[in-house]
Amino acid sequence: MGKRELICIGCPMGCPVTVEMEGDEIVSVSGNTCPRGDAYARKEVTNPTRIVTSTVKVEGGLVEMISVKTKEDIPKDKIFDCVRALKGVTVKAPVHIGDVILADVAGTGVDVVATRNA
Amino acid sequence: MKTYDIVIIGGGPAGLSAAVSAKKSGTDSILILERDKELGGILNQCIHNGFGLHTFKEELTGPEYAGRFIEQVQELQIEYKLHTMVMDISSDKVVTAMNSTDGLFEIRAGAVILAMGCRERSRGALNIPGYRPAGIFSAGTAQRLVNMEGYLPGRKVVILGSGDIGLIMARRMTLEGAQVQVVAELMPYSGGLKRNIVQCLDDYGIPLKLSHTVVEIRGKERVEGITLAQVDEKGRPVAGTEEEYECDTLLLSVGLIPENELSGGMGVELSRVTSGPVVNESLETNIEGVFACGNVLHVHDLVDFVSEEAAAAGRNAARYVQEAGSRKAQGTDKEAAGRTVEICAVDGVRYTVPSRINTERMEDIQTVRFRVGGVYKNCFVSVYLDEERILHRKRPVMAPGEMEEVKLKREELLRHPDLKAITVKVEEV
Ligand SMILES: Cc1cc2nc3c(=O)[nH]c(=O)nc-3n(C[C@H](O)[C@H](O)[C@H](O)COP(=O)(O)OP(=O)(O)OC[C@H]3O[C@@H](n4cnc5c(N)ncnc54)[C@H](O)[C@@H]3O)c2cc1C
Ligand code: SF4
Repeated sequence: MGKRELICIGCPMGCPVTVEMEGDEIVSVSGNTCPRGDAYARKEVTNPTRIVTSTVKVEGGLVEMISVKTKEDIPKDKIFDCVRALKGVTVKAPVHIGDVILADVAGTGVDVVATRNA
Repeated sequence: MKTYDIVIIGGGPAGLSAAVSAKKSGTDSILILERDKELGGILNQCIHNGFGLHTFKEELTGPEYAGRFIEQVQELQIEYKLHTMVMDISSDKVVTAMNSTDGLFEIRAGAVILAMGCRERSRGALNIPGYRPAGIFSAGTAQRLVNMEGYLPGRKVVILGSGDIGLIMARRMTLEGAQVQVVAELMPYSGGLKRNIVQCLDDYGIPLKLSHTVVEIRGKERVEGITLAQVDEKGRPVAGTEEEYECDTLLLSVGLIPENELSGGMGVELSRVTSGPVVNESLETNIEGVFACGNVLHVHDLVDFVSEEAAAAGRNAARYVQEAGSRKAQGTDKEAAGRTVEICAVDGVRYTVPSRINTERMEDIQTVRFRVGGVYKNCFVSVYLDEERILHRKRPVMAPGEMEEVKLKREELLRHPDLKAITVKVEEV
């Protein structure tokens, strides 16, 4: 039986949560103080996701770089693919918060959008 | 000399929120002075998400959060000057500033709001022996280089200090292709938020070594490596625990200090604990009509609380100029007296903001923010009015890295007409 040790980030308690796994099946979750810890741990071991933020070059603006983010969270194991896909992307000013910079990044179905104006 | 009712020093989140709230409280003549080329302050370089959960109920990045307030400032047509460095403020509120179009100029302010933010502690304060080779950066400088200028300061990195900026930069540099080998923290606990430890270090397998420090830096021209050692309870390196790391870059994330040269210069009383101004319930300093908010007052970890605090400062400054106007009309020039009670921070509570309260002038519900000096588990936060305990709230965990707050009710304080002191403390049982 496999075991995953996590720290719940639901609140500043930061409970150490242990998930026991039988293959892909979750057998038990323990160590959490409240139900949010249970939910967090289940998602974290089955489908961990993150919002990714980065920057891309901008031409003809007030600044050199603009910041961007994935519009929604993407699977954790796609983070590096996402950042790699953004390497070498250059956009032209004007750019506005929310503009799509790169559609369907790394096959995730999620767009990368601008998070500042330039 | 030009005159404004309220002059705000600094156009970061604190200055912006103060301006918006002062305007909404009915004061029209407001000017923001900002030395940078744009509004938004330090948030412009904080490109990660996690801002605004409290204020906007969604997770924004730093520039997006700043953008929301900049829009409001523009919609409300609040005046601001960029590229403008404030050089001096006199105790009678004449602001001296400089920029390339107006040169050196003076402005008379009815009220001043200090919102200059903070800066990072530098290596000088750290006392690491060895040469001073290139390749040592503060985490915030590295953040600016990577996020604003698109320049990666190094490839093999060690980070000293586990403050949030250091943690965020560990992830950012990893994503940009650098190898972050270790984060070392002098204290037995991290100064950063737990979510940052999980999402910035654990996600990428970067080890966090608590109770460790850098004892040696190698390299003359450029950093070539460093030595870490464990420290004992007193922070002294333990012989025999040294570990060597090869690296070309050392990032320091060892804390922030409020930027109070201007405040000190005009005679504002500063706290020895926070290095920020000592303020009353209105966030007003010892100089009448001079207010402070945001990181210049005390270092915040969540920008939401900066905005909230600054909104109060803006409201109070607006009230001050409006009352000053009516006092002039009545021919009295002193602020209404009222009774001021000190707040004592003891037993684990390092400081409180505000540190004194005028029971007549406080809002119906007054937020008192503070930090604790160590990690406390299953303790209580208590508030005493003289001998009487009026609040006893269980807190499962408190740590220096997370700001705490208690709320005081005006009616409860007014029920104690002879009140001498308010005490905020941590209690074990
Ligand atoms: C490097 C760094 C990184 C940070 N990262 C995070 C983070 O990731 N997440 C988080 O929640 N918090 C972060 N913080 C904390 C963050 O600073 C606060 O949440 C918030 O930005 C504080 O707002 P402020 O308006 O008080 O200060 P600031 O944002 O610092 O704004 C102060 C403004 O005043 C201006 N100013 C100062 N002196 C003068 C002068 N003499 N004349 C004219 N203008 C002046 C400055 O240029 C600046 O624009 C970080 C802080 C620093 C220093
Ligand atoms: S399990 Fe509950 S109490 Fe523990 S950290 Fe998670 S949210 Fe907080």
